[in-house]
Amino acid sequence: MIPRIYVPCDSGAIALGADKVARAIEAELKERGVEAKIVRNGSRGAYFLEPMVEVATDNGRVAYGPVKPSDVKSLFDGGFLNGGHHKRWLGAPDKIPFLAKQTRLTFARCGINDPLSLDAYKSLGGLRGLQNAVAMAPADVVKQVTESGLRGRGGAGFPTGIKWKTVLDTAGTQKYIVCNADEGDSATFADRMIMEGDPFVLIEGMAIAGIATGATKGFVYIRSEYPHAVATMNKAVAIARKAGVLGLSVLGSPNAFDMEIRVGAGAYVCGEETSLLNSLEGKRGVVRAKPPLPAIQGLFGKPTVINNVISLASVPIIMDKGAAYYKDFGMGRSRGTIPIQIAGNVRNGGLFETAFGLTLGEIVDDIGGGTASGRPVKAVQVGGPLGAYFPRALFDTPFDYEEFAKRDGLIGHAGITVFDDTADMLKQARFAMEFCAIESCGKCTPCRIGSTRGVEVLDKVAAGIEAEKNLALVTDLCNTMKFGSLCALGGFTPYPVMSSITHFPEDFKPAPARVAAE
Amino acid sequence: MTMQAASTEIASRTAAIIDEMKGLEGPLLPILHSIQEEFGHVPKDALPVIADGLNLSRAEVHGVVTFYHDFRARPAGRHVLKLCQAEACQSMGSDAVAAKVKRLLGIDFHETTRDGSVTLEPVYCLGLCACSPSAMLDGEVIGRLDDEKIEEIVAEVRS
Repeated sequence: MIPRIYVPCDSGAIALGADKVARAIEAELKERGVEAKIVRNGSRGAYFLEPMVEVATDNGRVAYGPVKPSDVKSLFDGGFLNGGHHKRWLGAPDKIPFLAKQTRLTFARCGINDPLSLDAYKSLGGLRGLQNAVAMAPADVVKQVTESGLRGRGGAGFPTGIKWKTVLDTAGTQKYIVCNADEGDSATFADRMIMEGDPFVLIEGMAIAGIATGATKGFVYIRSEYPHAVATMNKAVAIARKAGVLGLSVLGSPNAFDMEIRVGAGAYVCGEETSLLNSLEGKRGVVRAKPPLPAIQGLFGKPTVINNVISLASVPIIMDKGAAYYKDFGMGRSRGTIPIQIAGNVRNGGLFETAFGLTLGEIVDDIGGGTASGRPVKAVQVGGPLGAYFPRALFDTPFDYEEFAKRDGLIGHAGITVFDDTADMLKQARFAMEFCAIESCGKCTPCRIGSTRGVEVLDKVAAGIEAEKNLALVTDLCNTMKFGSLCALGGFTPYPVMSSITHFPEDFKPAPARVAAE
Repeated sequence: MTMQAASTEIASRTAAIIDEMKGLEGPLLPILHSIQEEFGHVPKDALPVIADGLNLSRAEVHGVVTFYHDFRARPAGRHVLKLCQAEACQSMGSDAVAAKVKRLLGIDFHETTRDGSVTLEPVYCLGLCACSPSAMLDGEVIGRLDDEKIEEIVAEVRS
């Protein structure tokens, strides 16, 4: 058998040099006259080990990482094609602690094989969920998804099955499945990873959603900052169409479902579902008032399921293994698993899929291994630019929708950014307002104008001008934004701002006092 | 005369793109992306053609083009360098990276060097948040920027 060498094609791995490593391996093979096949797999998500190269040996896969192009010669010298020892040797990939500790349901296949091999997808349980779904009544599919307890992984946490039921129960000549792949939150990359590493699971999830609700057309709206994901999804859709997974007869059933990949144009607010729908329709990405719910009047005014990538990609395993299997993981009303994305100033950054319930401290300290800089952790922002900053004092908070809400935070799309003690929380609060001002769609006054005023007032605080009075003004402004904005952009920008003020008051003291304190 | 010719040329190439794509559901964004790919920006002269082709007002088309950060009114430099400035990259010193790149290139964000070699832009998240600070050069992703990589990038765009 020809040896197989796996080098990830995930854009995170490429950003760390995976393409260069692949080229170096190819050149070395040629020079040594050795025959081997280089497979470009997805990433397993341990970015601190990327580029992670794997070799298939008689005793299973052996991983090496992080591999630099300059390591390649010595890897060959050390006999890495047979799993030989080397300073980058990591052993069996599924025994690497960061990966071994995970519960991979949604990401079960991600990073193992060539993302565009439908055969490889099927060999690891792919399409079983869709096969079950086509043999069921739509209402039973919806029931199974509802019973699994799956909630919207985009951030809002709305029960997926209930959304689907509304679309199923609404009459319409045309219904749509829209996948929100406008993953704009900093610290989040789960959508990107699954689209680049296991695109068929998203296609399968969307096809199931179509069958469950009577929708025959799907759109994936991917942000333009993700060119690799766009390319992979386009290729995967073409392959799925050719194989009869998509088309007039899904897997030979009487159900029709097809889909298109659409690319965003750099507007963060289009991650909000109603502005995404406007954008898909070719309009300005302005937020719509609800009601009407998109489930009743969504894309082009038709009943529309709009779900996040991870919500849809979690459906196939629910339809394969059953609602009870999925529901068994998790805590409280947060059922199943969640791909936590550990990012920023952290030693072991990457994607960690696990059942709900780990505490923030376990995630940051035990799994993340503390900061990359080696300095103490000062703050962790959970849930992207609209999420709250948590201090160490709140590290006992369990990762759960309700527990985070109780502490004036949100888990959002489950991205967490770690900051060390050099972070200036006044600067972070100001950035939250500035970002809101840049990205506001302009519809609601508190968001459009409040964010600009917020920047100005925080600048006054930074300059030591009537700090106390101006902080009271910011608090009041945040209140107005929170309750006076239609969507989460204006409504949630107060989270990072107020959590910074509440948990890190020392950073908001007038400048002279701050100098004196240091 | 040459202005006239350029304008006719833009109109005909734009019309061809519209013809090809107007059957799509919600065709405006895909059309704008194709136009930007064709011309490197969305030329003003293309807007009335789009409005006409899709039965929209010019104001509506203008409104859409100007809403999205991606669409350029003017061509960019030969290279486009985007530096991520979002929180995960901030936590790893993206401020200092941006300051250094700006100093080396002698331009600020949203500017193009005088020789037209490079346009510098901020970007709010490339999804490379476990490989911060990150950047994108002409569509190629670069993670864990350090002084050495920054100097390499600057040398590349200048050459």
